[in-house]
Amino acid sequence: MAIKSSKSYSVSMFFIYLLLICAAVACLFPLFHVLAVSFSSAVSVAAGQVLLLPKGFNLNAYDYILKRTAFWRAMGVSVQRVIIGGFINMMLTILAAYPLSKDVKRFRYRTLYIWIFFLTAIFNGGLIPSYMVIRGLNLLDKIWALVLPTAVPVFNIVLLLNFFRQLPMEIEEAAFVDGAGHWTILWRLFVPMSLPAIATIALFSIVNHWNSWFDGLIYMNRPDGYPLQSYLQTIIIQGDLTKVKSAEEWEKLRQISDRTLKASQIFVATIPILLVYPYLQKYFVKGIVLGSVKG
Amino acid sequence: MTRKMERNISHGRVSELPLHFMILPALILLLIFSYGPMVGIIIAFQKFVPALGLFGPQKWVGLENYRYLLSLPNTYNVLRNTVIIAFLKIVLSLVVPIAFSLLLNEVKNAHVKKLIQTSVYLPHFLSWVILGGVVIDVLSPSHGIVNKVIKLFGAEPIFFLGDNKWFPITMVLIEVWKEFGFATVVYLASITSIDIQLYEAAIIDGANRLQQTWHVTLPGMRMIIVLMMVLGLGNILNAGFDQVFNLYSPQVYESGDIIDTFVYRIGLVNAQFGVATAVGLFKSVISFVFISVSYYLAYKFADYRIF
Repeated sequence: MAIKSSKSYSVSMFFIYLLLICAAVACLFPLFHVLAVSFSSAVSVAAGQVLLLPKGFNLNAYDYILKRTAFWRAMGVSVQRVIIGGFINMMLTILAAYPLSKDVKRFRYRTLYIWIFFLTAIFNGGLIPSYMVIRGLNLLDKIWALVLPTAVPVFNIVLLLNFFRQLPMEIEEAAFVDGAGHWTILWRLFVPMSLPAIATIALFSIVNHWNSWFDGLIYMNRPDGYPLQSYLQTIIIQGDLTKVKSAEEWEKLRQISDRTLKASQIFVATIPILLVYPYLQKYFVKGIVLGSVKG
Repeated sequence: MTRKMERNISHGRVSELPLHFMILPALILLLIFSYGPMVGIIIAFQKFVPALGLFGPQKWVGLENYRYLLSLPNTYNVLRNTVIIAFLKIVLSLVVPIAFSLLLNEVKNAHVKKLIQTSVYLPHFLSWVILGGVVIDVLSPSHGIVNKVIKLFGAEPIFFLGDNKWFPITMVLIEVWKEFGFATVVYLASITSIDIQLYEAAIIDGANRLQQTWHVTLPGMRMIIVLMMVLGLGNILNAGFDQVFNLYSPQVYESGDIIDTFVYRIGLVNAQFGVATAVGLFKSVISFVFISVSYYLAYKFADYRIF
């Protein structure tokens, strides 16, 4: 390869590696720190002795939250919305991407539809009008308020339709000649050929639903309707820490502190993402690239 | 299209009807939940009483909501904060990932590269509730790590989230920290698509690594950089509601209150629906103009076609 002065090369590579590792550490460290805090004793945490490893290792904070029904109820709502919302998103994305991927010659209203879809991505009515629509439809305090407003993910549809367009035309034409209709072609041909793209879109949709917190806060009047992130928001950010019910709870609370309690809740809410993350990394990377480059 | 297909279509054998049916569910939901609120924009011109309902007997007041806004002392602040924070975020969100991807590109070991990549784009997948909790803890003036380090150097602890001097830049830096890994993936992908022969030619001409980067790598990334730059334009009024809402507090409203948090408080907390909608409309219109211009520019300069 190149003939370069090996000394200056090693020096610059050293600094490059240093910077890169610092960046990686900066991204991981805060999370490990919070993890360590969650397993530590309240005393050590308050004394600032916890950095990366727990001190005074105990499971008290976790024990406390795992027994809180409000936490599990919120978790249940989140799981519900991920399943229902994710399913609806995928169905609508696939069903809409297929017709929109056709040429104008084969689908005369294609351009009109695409603009109708696309316009919603660049202009929106705003917070209050959206709230009024949900309220007017009597969807407040129902799971549908969390699932329907974002049911049509326009950018995902655009992603998938561009992907469909890259599929070889001959396969489709052969299918037509054999008498297959659009429905068959979509589900028996296009979908099986697009599994990586579909998997990626599904993942992004699921992660989105899992992470949504604002819609839960504004559309659910009763806290039992809160999905997990909304519930956590009231506790971690708003600091509405506990509604203590008994002397027993007070005693438990003395042994864990504000910080360890918040830390453990932060960590438990992150676990699903962390579990899924390493396996699906390749899909995330592909998806990011797919979404940014013209099809 | 083959002649046989054309014949099939014109003879009505391949009907377009199923395609319409396929689009229908999505279309209906869009009409209700995306176009419906657009109708609600009329609230901006009414003195809206929520109890009377959307189509109830509301009083029309024309531009009075806007006149009211202009008379409020905070309005200018909010607008200024939004533009400053959004602008800084757009610029840094462009520069940092590009620089990082160039550095990461120098790493030859594929495993190390992947490990670093995996680490840096993790924060993107966590919500601002989670990250907000982490950030509040880490930046705390009393027990946060960052301030512990600052004290070690003998300086006074900084109340990052509570000091108007520090809040905006803290928001910008934390957002970049969260998102740069994600954008890096895009830039890295574009770097790998650069023709190796260009590098070989540069080396033959005696270019060192830095010169190679400047004359081969960066020009090779030009398209994607222009694209990201232009698309970033559309976010000029999006200073990041999710983040600011979870990290701000009344003491930093002066430098940290942005349009979206302002709308939230006026509208959903104070129930001044008309005024809040008026602000929202303003934001939507300006954003719409910027986004349209940005997509047009992307089309013209980066050959970017969305569909």
